[in-house]
Amino acid sequence: MSETTHDATVAVSAPAAPDEGLTAKELAAKHGLTVSGARPSLIEYVRQLWDRRHFILAFSRAKLTAQYSQAKLGQLWQVATPLLNAAVYFFIFGLLLEADRGMEREVYIPFLVTGVFVFTFTQSSVMAGVRAISGNLGLVRALHFPRASLPVSFALQQLQQLMFSMIVLFAITVGFGHYPDLSWLLIVPVLVLQFFFNTGLALIMARAGARTPDLAQLMPFVMRTWMYASGVMFSIPIFLADKPAWIANVLQWNPAAIYMDLMRFALIDDYSSKFLPDHVWAAAGAWAVLFALGGFVYFWKAEERYGRG
Amino acid sequence: MAEQKQDARVPTVVADDLHIVYRVNGAKTGKGSATAALSRIIKRGEERGVRKVHAVRGVSFVAYRGEAIGLIGSNGSGKSTLLRAIAGLLPAEQGKVYTDGQPSLLGVNAALMNDLTGERNVILGGLAMGMSREEIKERYQDIVDFSGINEKGDFITLPMRTYSSGMAARLRFSIAAAKDHDVLMIDEALATGDRKFQKRSEDRIRELRKEAGTVFLVSHNNKSIRDTCNRVLWLERGELRMDGPTDEVLKEYEKFTGK
Repeated sequence: MSETTHDATVAVSAPAAPDEGLTAKELAAKHGLTVSGARPSLIEYVRQLWDRRHFILAFSRAKLTAQYSQAKLGQLWQVATPLLNAAVYFFIFGLLLEADRGMEREVYIPFLVTGVFVFTFTQSSVMAGVRAISGNLGLVRALHFPRASLPVSFALQQLQQLMFSMIVLFAITVGFGHYPDLSWLLIVPVLVLQFFFNTGLALIMARAGARTPDLAQLMPFVMRTWMYASGVMFSIPIFLADKPAWIANVLQWNPAAIYMDLMRFALIDDYSSKFLPDHVWAAAGAWAVLFALGGFVYFWKAEERYGRG
Repeated sequence: MAEQKQDARVPTVVADDLHIVYRVNGAKTGKGSATAALSRIIKRGEERGVRKVHAVRGVSFVAYRGEAIGLIGSNGSGKSTLLRAIAGLLPAEQGKVYTDGQPSLLGVNAALMNDLTGERNVILGGLAMGMSREEIKERYQDIVDFSGINEKGDFITLPMRTYSSGMAARLRFSIAAAKDHDVLMIDEALATGDRKFQKRSEDRIRELRKEAGTVFLVSHNNKSIRDTCNRVLWLERGELRMDGPTDEVLKEYEKFTGK
């Protein structure tokens, strides 16, 4: 051991004839060294991210489990939380404010609960996205991995959370007499599209939040405004019937409203296609593709800067 | 030995006039009131609300294959920051670091979650370091055995928050040391656990050193630097004060610290 050490010490102090006089850059180029922490190409980045898929999944599941690990009821809260959420909204909007506007109770309650769960999916993805980098600086400064793993992982965590909510949602829907039929299969494409949309949004928010951590304080207000404007607890066309038509149109075409409406259409028998705007599937797909691709490229553009204090 | 001398001249890390600046929000001097903060936001300009900490100032050096380099200096002299910058984890303000392959920091603490069992943390930590599921499965038993967590009963299936601080530190080190690295950086990792474990971890580090091309070690323990390193970089206030063979630099450093 000591012999090796001694020998190498001699080597260090020996003059380096061939490399002498080279600048650092030339020396690095000569021996094929690359800039540490440089941003990879977009294709390379996608490949790296794919290589980390097991980490992304494991991280999201770990976060999900850790959430309720101190509670006595443990993982039961995964189901109890959305159930209580639905009960509160029903009490306020269904019973007190009567936002149902003439919708039958058998339709309104599943309508409301679907809206709350689907919107919460987007909302929590955004909130987790804002803190994905700024709240995990320790991780970013300790280990190498494509940083997009974090926002993607958080969006995936919310998707798994939603799966628990869906159990509650199915129970409520069936409880109000809407039995499973073929249209329930539409849930799958709706969730896939919404997940892509959410991931893209989370990526955008992650970059913004890494630069400006203050967004974490601001976003709850933005999200609440978005929620009330998207018709979570009321039907946009019914509620805005006496207002100019363009307002309802704009609100109905916003991505959150589109995914909510599609989910209601899939689950609730009496919520027919007349409640949906035209070309609704095209819009759902377009929002998903636009945000997923746009968000990913936007996030990647700042890859080498994440982790700066 | 002659062969090794040849190898030793292959550079693995080249740092070229490296500057690292931390930006700290909400720690500015002067008036800290809400109105002052608001006016700063409105005025914009040269990032006014932010205080800058210049942690590393113009460090240049070349590290060669086969070297074990110790980083010394008083607290806050920029050792850990420099390490992170070499690893490409902290973006440089100015200057560049060139490396051969991906240097990795020996440390996985940040990826682990206290609310999960030790078992799941081993898997999570391994994945976070970029190991595949198969590799982890293969090494799982070694990691657990090395940490010695199960010596006092079946602790690996309990959440990490129930561990004593020594036990947690041992598990963290065991996970981090499970992977082989090209350029390895160790940040005072030697000082964990009881004496028996310290001995074991020093052996493991020596093993890792043999496999790795170049090793960087940050430590305040001059003895462990002397034992493991053949070259020392001495940082003071973010500047490279001395760079040379271990004995020379440590002698000056000990004179400086008045030991």
